Amino acid sequence: MSATDVSNRTATDSPASYDLPRTVRFGSLLLVVAALVVFPLVFTNPTITSVGVFAMIYLLAVSGWNIFSGYSGYIALGHALFFGIGQYSSAMLTSRFKIPAGWDLFALLPVAGAIAGLAAVPIGWMLLRVRKHTFIVLTIAVMFIFQLLAFNLRSWTGGSQGMQLPFPTWSGAYFNEPFYYIGLLAAAIALVTSWWVRRSKFGLGLLAIRDDEDRARSLGVRTTRTKLVAFAISAVFVGAAGAIYAPFIGSVFPQFAFDPSFDLALAVMAFTGGLGTLIGPALGALVIGSLQQYFLLQFGGANVFLIVYGLLFVLILRLLPQGIVPSIAARWRQWVTYRARNTPSTGVPPDSAPDVGRPFDVVLNQGGSA
Amino acid sequence: MSAPQPLLDVREIEVRYGAIRALKGVSFSVGAGEVVALLGANGAGKTTTQKTVSGMLRPVAGTIEFEGRRIDGTPAHKLVDLGICHVPEGRHVFPRMTVAENLDMGAFRFKQPDPADLERVLELFPRLKERYGQHSGTLSGGEQQMLAIGRALMGKPRLLLLDEPSMGLAPLIVAQIFDIVREINRSGVTVLLVEQNASQALSLADRGYVLETGDIVLEGAGRDLLADERVRAAYLGEEIAAS
Ligand SMILES: Nc1ncnc2c1ncn2[C@@H]1O[C@H](COP(=O)(O)OP(=O)(O)OP(=O)(O)O)[C@@H](O)[C@H]1O
Ligand SMILES: [Mg+2]
Repeated sequence: MSATDVSNRTATDSPASYDLPRTVRFGSLLLVVAALVVFPLVFTNPTITSVGVFAMIYLLAVSGWNIFSGYSGYIALGHALFFGIGQYSSAMLTSRFKIPAGWDLFALLPVAGAIAGLAAVPIGWMLLRVRKHTFIVLTIAVMFIFQLLAFNLRSWTGGSQGMQLPFPTWSGAYFNEPFYYIGLLAAAIALVTSWWVRRSKFGLGLLAIRDDEDRARSLGVRTTRTKLVAFAISAVFVGAAGAIYAPFIGSVFPQFAFDPSFDLALAVMAFTGGLGTLIGPALGALVIGSLQQYFLLQFGGANVFLIVYGLLFVLILRLLPQGIVPSIAARWRQWVTYRARNTPSTGVPPDSAPDVGRPFDVVLNQGGSA
Repeated sequence: MSAPQPLLDVREIEVRYGAIRALKGVSFSVGAGEVVALLGANGAGKTTTQKTVSGMLRPVAGTIEFEGRRIDGTPAHKLVDLGICHVPEGRHVFPRMTVAENLDMGAFRFKQPDPADLERVLELFPRLKERYGQHSGTLSGGEQQMLAIGRALMGKPRLLLLDEPSMGLAPLIVAQIFDIVREINRSGVTVLLVEQNASQALSLADRGYVLETGDIVLEGAGRDLLADERVRAAYLGEEIAAS
């Protein structure tokens, strides 16, 4: 064993012998990226491309959310807070500096992300004093406090009148595409960040916090700092998602900026795809985010989808308790082991059994010590 | 006393859980290179003693010195830096992290894990090598115990605290684990071993202490304690009957 072996971890925690060959993984990644890049060029129907924009916004937000909640096991149900901060930052900066809503609109993206990230530091510092179960409740509460603030700080936010954002300067014939591509780019950055975190010592500390925070601490993980940094990183991406959403929709209202169903959406997407895996939440966002928006445009009424969410959640928990990606990974390992048993020449020792069907352990039971 | 200045010197420590006085002035010492066993019935205060030494609990009275330095009240993560590594009761491996990641966690205080340490751990516990990429929550109890010890070894311990490594394990595995503890000790690691399995622990230990409801009631060389009538009556009763 060499030092490189030690750091050679994979997103699904699978032993090297179960991994797909590198070329296959790299190839499929390229394929997915290529498909996402050409998507709006192939499907030019504005209804479809607007569904694409929503999918990108969710992809970005979920990938950011997962860096904190997925890896640390602290399920934040208040990240709409940062989505809202991103939206209001975008709206306020645009009107304050008379930004003409051209391409330089997107220069606000990192700014709004940074504002959300900065706001996350004191908020996280307060919230992260409590352990996982209490944390969930508090995040929801803080999110509603911000909604109240948005309603009441009228001189800043316009209160229930909301704020309007200027119409983009580019042609309405391809209104959606710039939003789509900027979303895709930001989401890619979020995913690369997530990948990097997952492989870093920092990420190792986060996973240890998820599994057993006290033990992690006694082994030298600076738990408070680690959680706080991850919390802020996740807020940056969710804030940036808000800064794409606001100019896309063209207005900001307190109840839609700080929207509990957004939090629910993030959680459902992440759990569906596989909480705490690198690509699981991304997959969840692409599938559910698109479906949600498609149904919304077809049938109207956002509340219909809340019912669908409920049903979906129950189904996922019943059928794929670990989420899509870990379940497929488990099947895959089972198959590899099965093949190894029947063809003894392969390197997998028959007795290194794959871990399939680990006991279901989500939402309220993330902590080994709790 | 085998060494003029012990590696670990615990003097008159008193530990409370609220109104409960779990330790009522416990004193003992561990010399460099020794294996010292801490015996006692359920609830005697063995775990409490170890947790206090490893910095998870703070004594209300008394002192603990490590190499002549006061360490009582110092939090666990700082004591890890001194080389005091604790394998807690019930193992506490990280269940949804792989064996590899668990071992890395043991070396968290370093910039990166020492490949030589890893090699040695996997040599001591070939089982862990086989399960290297597996989630540790799916390991058997014995394998988890091996992983917990292996994880502590990744932290380059100078004093290894083992809390009931034999708990819930089949006799064969227990013997194997005790052999490995002996081997670890031979490589220069001092060991403070908490056990209910008195005969095994005492045949391994250089010296032993017997705790009873928060007080040390007996101490002596491992062999002497093993022969001591009171110890035999109180802690080896079952084993005498069984053999
Ligand atoms: N967290 C706690 N709160 C209150 N009392 C505690 C706590 N932990 C331990 N005690 C009490 O302190 C005493 C000593 O407990 P300790 O765990 O040290 O015993 P032990 O010798 O390790 O026992 P065992 O062999 O069963 O592990 C017991 O009476 C126990 O009930
Ligand atoms: Mg105990």
